Amino acid sequence: MIKNREAFLQTIATQLGRSTPSLTKPERNWKHLPQHEVLKGASADELVEILVEHCANIHTTVKICTQLTLKQTLEEAFATYNNGQIIYSEDARFEQLQIESFIAAQQSFKWDPTQGDMNIEIAERANIGVVISDITLAESATIMLQSSAQRGRTLSFLPENSIAIIPKSSIVPRMTQAAQFLRKQSHVASCVSFITGPSNSADIEMNLVVGVHGPVRMMYIIVEDV
Amino acid sequence: MAMKISKNKFNDRLSMNLDNDFMRSAVSSAQHRFQTRRSTAIESLDWEQWRNHGEEIRQHVLEHLDYYLYELSENVAARGGHVFFAKTAEEATNYITNIAKEKQAKKIVKSKSMVTEEINLNTHLEQLGCEVIETDLGEYILQLDDHDPPSHIVTPALHKNKEQIRDIFTEKIGYTASSQPEELAQHARQILRQDYLTADIGITGCNFAVAETGSVCLVTNEGNADLVAALPKTLISVMGLERIVPTFEEMEVLVSMLTRSAVGQKLTSYITVLTGIQEELDVDGPEEFHLVIVDNGRSSILGGEFQSILQCIRCAACVNVCPVYRHVGGHTYGSIYSGPIGAVLSPLLGGYDDYKELPYASTLCGACTDVCPVKIPLHQLLHKHREVIVEREGRAPISESLLMQAFGMGTSSQSIYRFGSKLASTAMKPFTSDDKISSGPGLLKNWTDIRDLPSPKKERFRDWFDTHSKGGRS
Repeated sequence: MIKNREAFLQTIATQLGRSTPSLTKPERNWKHLPQHEVLKGASADELVEILVEHCANIHTTVKICTQLTLKQTLEEAFATYNNGQIIYSEDARFEQLQIESFIAAQQSFKWDPTQGDMNIEIAERANIGVVISDITLAESATIMLQSSAQRGRTLSFLPENSIAIIPKSSIVPRMTQAAQFLRKQSHVASCVSFITGPSNSADIEMNLVVGVHGPVRMMYIIVEDV
Repeated sequence: MAMKISKNKFNDRLSMNLDNDFMRSAVSSAQHRFQTRRSTAIESLDWEQWRNHGEEIRQHVLEHLDYYLYELSENVAARGGHVFFAKTAEEATNYITNIAKEKQAKKIVKSKSMVTEEINLNTHLEQLGCEVIETDLGEYILQLDDHDPPSHIVTPALHKNKEQIRDIFTEKIGYTASSQPEELAQHARQILRQDYLTADIGITGCNFAVAETGSVCLVTNEGNADLVAALPKTLISVMGLERIVPTFEEMEVLVSMLTRSAVGQKLTSYITVLTGIQEELDVDGPEEFHLVIVDNGRSSILGGEFQSILQCIRCAACVNVCPVYRHVGGHTYGSIYSGPIGAVLSPLLGGYDDYKELPYASTLCGACTDVCPVKIPLHQLLHKHREVIVEREGRAPISESLLMQAFGMGTSSQSIYRFGSKLASTAMKPFTSDDKISSGPGLLKNWTDIRDLPSPKKERFRDWFDTHSKGGRS
């Protein structure tokens, strides 16, 4: 429901010198588009290098592995965070990366829309959340997640430790390419999260505190999937 | 808290803050850190081109604001959301308190939002009996400290030290650990986590609304906005009417510029784009979503000589370079909007009665203009305010009026000027010691309170010049 729109828009139109509000989509003829020049032409390996380098600035541990060594890398990652309850999204890519059965064999829970609020309860007490990045931004070392019934948004916020698996093929130069991707979708997810490292705050005397409301620790595992 | 944060007069606020040594050194060191981080974050980019693009996006949106608000509201509604256009602060707070009543809300969690401060939303909700909890760590600290006002747009508790924060936590929330920021933050995390899980309503601001998809984009480092938006069943986002972009493509440009300019990060930890209500089978996310679009004086700025101030994306880069802010701190401005942006915006939204001194709280050095990511000519707008205050409103500060009258009188005739300048030395004699005036009378007092003034010489410069040019010493 939309309330009070007509009078509100009329006021704006009048201030802008129009007799009635404009209902025609304006042309966007930008003179400057510097965002397309950033990391233009960088190779896949160069993008990985940039991403890895930036992880040092965002308090994030990063591992690189192949599809063959992914299971072992993940096992070590779980151990680093002292194992415990794991929660992960329902995502066909876990199977494609051949780690679905491994994760299922741990003390783990797969996000299940039929279980309602129980998902949130488990996520809240889980030690580790595991997700797979949809698009990864090299420039800022950022993962992008699109929510769905099978991939709850709080899964990557509530657990104290967060692990993001990054297929190498998901890496693009920067947010520009993610924005273009999102615009092409016929239906945008109800929540698209761009996540860059663990949560943090500098609100107390400008001292950085890592781990405020969201995850305290974060790890990226880049998989050479191509 | 409304936009106005103090009943004291400007000069009283100024004296009070100039005496606050901790605040002044905290602000000065914060400015230094913000500036260094920002410089590092933009060094690999062709930043001037980015500024040009940022400016053209914001100008385009303002020129077509009626269309983009129409498109935004259509798309929010198409995704199951409600849109309320509020002409005034009162309309906005009435609408939101009615939702709280309807939901019989007891607990409301909020993420940081300047516009909700501006419309005094928390007070209205609290009067209704709701517990309103600010979840941004800085805002949370201020709220616990009996609603101490924010002193910076991005880091609102900048004026407090960690010992003060420990004392507030000890008194208000049973804190027993040290003043280490990590321990303080950990305690807040534990308390607030339960609040997210049990709140009836979540309220957020809006960094950018995307017209093409009806999305709201939230930018944080703490991740608090995400939990506010994901856990309560009802979500309300409040935005100023100008806070809009056409598509994701412009959103990403402005987000990239905002995070670099505000905190020197390529992106903050969380950039979250929310579209409508939760979808079928979704477990988290709101079942009900309201977008409240607030005018509250903004539309009257459109189409006028101050329109460019609506380009602002609230990064506070101007605050972080301002030499006046460095010395006087945020509270001196008497408004939730401080620094150069506050000195331009507060008089426009709150009127000259309360804020006529702010345009004078500037050296017009232009550092704010140079650093603005969307190229708002801030120092020119401050100058424009002074022009309006003096010429159209006829209310220049009294000292300036007197000075100008005296100057006008003294310089209107050659003989009066000559007489006056010869007299100056004699007139100032009672106040002079060692060729310096340390405690001047009348208008001079404002100067000599802070530093000495050299006393006028007996021999005027013109007389000295005449003597020397007629073959005197070189």
